[in-house]
Amino acid sequence: MSWVSKFLTSSIGRKLLMSLTGLFLVVFLVVHLIGNLQLMVADQGKAFNIYAEFMTTNPLIKTTSYGLYFFILLHAVQGIILWQKNRAARGTRYAVPNKVSSTFASRNMAWLGIIIFVFLVLHMGQFWFRMKMGDVPPVTYDGQTVKNLYAIVAEAFSQWWYVVIYVVSMIVIGFHLLHGFQSAFQTLGLNHRKYTPFIKGLGVIYSIIVPLAFAIIPLYFFFMIKS
Amino acid sequence: MKITLKVWRQKNIQSKGQFETYQVEANEHMSFLEMMDVLNESLIAEKKDPVSFEHDCREGICGTCNMVINGQPHGPMKGTTVCQLHMRSFKDGDTIVVEPWRAKAFPLVKDLVVDRSAFDRIIQAGGYVSVNTGQAQDANAIPIEKDTASDAFDAATCIGCGACVAACPNASAMLFTSAKVSHLAQLPQGKVESKKRVQAMVNQMDDEGFGMCSNVGACEAECPKEISIENIALMNREYFGSVVGSETSV
Amino acid sequence: MELKSNVPEGALAEKWTKYRSTMNLVAPNNKRRIDIIVVGTGLAGASAAATLGELGYNVKAFTFHDSPRRAHSIAAQGGINAAKNYQNDGDSVYRLFYDTIKGGDYRSREANVHRLAEASRNIIDQCVAQGVPFAREYGGLLANRSFGGVQVSRTFYARGQTGQQLLLGAYQALSRQISLGNVEMYNRHEMLDLVKIDGKARGIIARNLLNGKLERFAAHCVVLATGGYGNVFYLSTNAMGSNVTAAWRAVRRGALMANPCFTQIHPTCIPVSGDYQSKLTLMSESLRNDGRVWVPKKKEDAEAIRNGQKTGLDIAEDDRDYYLERRYPAFGNLVPRDVASRAAKIECDKGHGVSPTGLAVFLDFAAAIERYGKSRAHSLGLHNPNAAKIRELGEKVVEEKYGNLFQMYEKITGENPYKMPMKIYPAVHYTMGGLWVDYNLETNVPGLFALGEANFSDHGANRLGASALMQGLADGYFVIPYTIGQFLSKEIRTPSISPDHEAFATAEEHTREQLQKLINVKGNQSVESFHRRLGKIIWDYCGMSRSAEGLTKARQMVRELREEFWKDVFVPGDMDEFNPELEKAARVADFMELGELMIIDALDRNESCGGHFREEYQTPEGEALRNDKDYTYVAAWEWDDNDPVLHKEELQFDNVELKTRSYK
Repeated sequence: MSWVSKFLTSSIGRKLLMSLTGLFLVVFLVVHLIGNLQLMVADQGKAFNIYAEFMTTNPLIKTTSYGLYFFILLHAVQGIILWQKNRAARGTRYAVPNKVSSTFASRNMAWLGIIIFVFLVLHMGQFWFRMKMGDVPPVTYDGQTVKNLYAIVAEAFSQWWYVVIYVVSMIVIGFHLLHGFQSAFQTLGLNHRKYTPFIKGLGVIYSIIVPLAFAIIPLYFFFMIKS
Repeated sequence: MKITLKVWRQKNIQSKGQFETYQVEANEHMSFLEMMDVLNESLIAEKKDPVSFEHDCREGICGTCNMVINGQPHGPMKGTTVCQLHMRSFKDGDTIVVEPWRAKAFPLVKDLVVDRSAFDRIIQAGGYVSVNTGQAQDANAIPIEKDTASDAFDAATCIGCGACVAACPNASAMLFTSAKVSHLAQLPQGKVESKKRVQAMVNQMDDEGFGMCSNVGACEAECPKEISIENIALMNREYFGSVVGSETSV
Repeated sequence: MELKSNVPEGALAEKWTKYRSTMNLVAPNNKRRIDIIVVGTGLAGASAAATLGELGYNVKAFTFHDSPRRAHSIAAQGGINAAKNYQNDGDSVYRLFYDTIKGGDYRSREANVHRLAEASRNIIDQCVAQGVPFAREYGGLLANRSFGGVQVSRTFYARGQTGQQLLLGAYQALSRQISLGNVEMYNRHEMLDLVKIDGKARGIIARNLLNGKLERFAAHCVVLATGGYGNVFYLSTNAMGSNVTAAWRAVRRGALMANPCFTQIHPTCIPVSGDYQSKLTLMSESLRNDGRVWVPKKKEDAEAIRNGQKTGLDIAEDDRDYYLERRYPAFGNLVPRDVASRAAKIECDKGHGVSPTGLAVFLDFAAAIERYGKSRAHSLGLHNPNAAKIRELGEKVVEEKYGNLFQMYEKITGENPYKMPMKIYPAVHYTMGGLWVDYNLETNVPGLFALGEANFSDHGANRLGASALMQGLADGYFVIPYTIGQFLSKEIRTPSISPDHEAFATAEEHTREQLQKLINVKGNQSVESFHRRLGKIIWDYCGMSRSAEGLTKARQMVRELREEFWKDVFVPGDMDEFNPELEKAARVADFMELGELMIIDALDRNESCGGHFREEYQTPEGEALRNDKDYTYVAAWEWDDNDPVLHKEELQFDNVELKTRSYK
């Protein structure tokens, strides 16, 4: 085995992949959120649609997005492998589970991850797939015709069940991040008596603010726009 | 005080284990193991097989004793081994569930006894300074900053009991391994071969079939010597530095 | 049998150096062909196995534990002595030698002790090189503290876990040799017999504790580093598994047991709290650096404390008797262990004891907390700090020094020692007696060596604090690797010993019969109950104070108990399986025989010295009264079930004058 593959399949190497892909996704979420927040601009979706058009056509962004898909898959696959191996390493399970010495999120990263993955599939099908392949009605702004993704979003967010799924998924992402954010730094070896408390604090803030901001949008559409 | 004990009984690794329920009359000044002694004495009086459990110094330093009590390795008291846990931590009428350390890398021997020799093999892989007897220079030749020595000491207090593995949802041995890596990497005497050491020890740890760390932190919370997961971060750094950042390969 | 100490000629300070430079060596190519068995992996065993492996011998190391790291050396708290004189307080090899001889009440061999003092310096160097994290000063250099019986600071320490750190150092050195293939490690193997061929020790019979199988191991020589026998008392600070079995089986094969009555009762242990108690916990002697020992002056006060009507805090300063400071002003609370223990017993016997059982004295840190608090306040630039502030700062300093010990005390007793004075009482801690060895650490059985606590050689009738670690490591790292060559250099033509030799078959069969016999008793009483009863007899009659009358009675009692044991013990399970009760039964059976020998030895020694206090022999002030004219010898006993035979090795003192020990 070459040192590279040996490294990447070692326990610490696998953790490193989880950590780096995780951190990438953390950054991506912020970018995604900035885009989404344009849904809240009161311009009948103009800003959002132009932004969406840019994101789907700019070659640089497109290339990056393939990286993104790869990282999501890598993070998911690696996570499942870890989960499998870790379950095998335990063998017989304890009769009394230990709930006091660790957080709910840290113990359930795999389950949280699986829920997020299912949501992602649904989410991509709903928006990304239709945007790429489907029948999105066009809309023209200042002579430029773009796909009216806003209309699709508005339609989706008018269905109560979709809003519920979306909001619950955001809560799940919040928990996943609550452990994942600071965990990524710990894996990278960035544990420092002076700085780690800041990282942990930042992680908590991030894990609350970002999913909350995401979740507000469907709620806003459902309750404000629809009525 | 009256205690109901549910203890895992298993004759050997081939046979199937199950919980047995016992009633024990204890008093609050007894240590947990002394309460187990009382149970065993009563089993022997009935000509039954006593519960096998490991223990030796009963001072919390040898690392021999190991039991999962109500889901917690070494029981509910922080920074304490089972032998130092006293019955005053429980109430009259309590039901206590006692299980062995559970990990594939710690195969069961009997009842609550498991085989932790995987830990020895991890140390044998590189958890030492390669110095022969007689080669040393004067002890005061290399000054070591007090805080550094103290940090190294904190890592070196590991008693090798395996509670970290038992507590970890992944049965990972990262805290144990990192404690030794960290102890030696922080001292000038150990730095010399730290690159080889960390690779060799991590390889061995992986080969033993322990799980992989997902930074849950249960190890740190249950460690009777309260060894910090800072050591795991340090080991990760050492490992990256050694595998990616140096020409050393093991 | 004539006992030859084989102490080399020459001036005391040069004996070892000269001997080492002229002794026979084994060439590297021959070392590869020579097998050595090391039993025990504590400080002495692990360091010996590692060093012999480094030298190129084929070593097989054995421990009954699940890992070599569990050996009871791990529990040593306070520190390790070394004549480094880093504190510039007048220490030297000679002073360490002298303190040890004097502390041992002039019952140890001068040349061995001097060699120990010389090696002490190398030990610290070696351990630091291994990465042992000793305590350091802000300048980065090593720190020291004081221990009992000496007036210099020569004790190196790693918080209250010095033994642990030193053992892990030796364990790591051993692990390295295992990984290099020089040492073959056998965990969970208990030595149950010594195999002799043509009078020489050539192997052992060990039981694989996992499956109960008896296994044969052959070698050119056997090294025993199996620790002491303090558990004969049942309640002691020893680990539950510590036992005399390996050493005792050697005794049954002809090795001599020397000075078995010399046992050390450590003055500062947590008192017994009830009948269910399984072991006692030591509070490090280092606590006596800062703690003051006292009992109430008035019996009424003591009684009120025993009844729970008062606590130590209610007793006014003037009503406290700091009896060690009163009786021994020169050394105060830091008198040697035997003296401090006896003094505590005297106070409690007079009715001044302070726990419900009446068997406890106070160890009080209030004065130290105040002193340190003031000093810390001063260095922080606090002027006129109030009492609460001083206390707070003082408690912090005490916590830095003894935190883990205080924590342990609180865990066990449920009392906060920062607020309430600790209660302590003496308990069995160490055994100075052990297998008789000569200067080469070789027993009277050729090819059988004994190291560390398992031998008798260095501590005389009383061991000074922080000297056990020193001796274990000196023997293992710096003595046996040389002296074993004296025997092995004559063995280079001996081919590998075969475990198929008849002697092995006989020994294995004998061991099997012994174990089967234990299982076949099928009586009604547990092994534990017999052990408890044996311990009580030995403690009552052969403990802190002994008398001819009591000892005679005790011998009879032990005999009777032994008979009852072999008639009525119940050992569940079988031989061919993992069976901790059977292991225990075999050990207790050996303790029964050893216990009797201790009593016989104590009866023989008509004097008081060190840990051996015969009531008939004391000064008017109640101090030990030695008889140098008749008892300046090592009592080495050849075991015989009815009448053990005494062999004497006269001790020669050419360099120190035998004086009455005074710490006043």
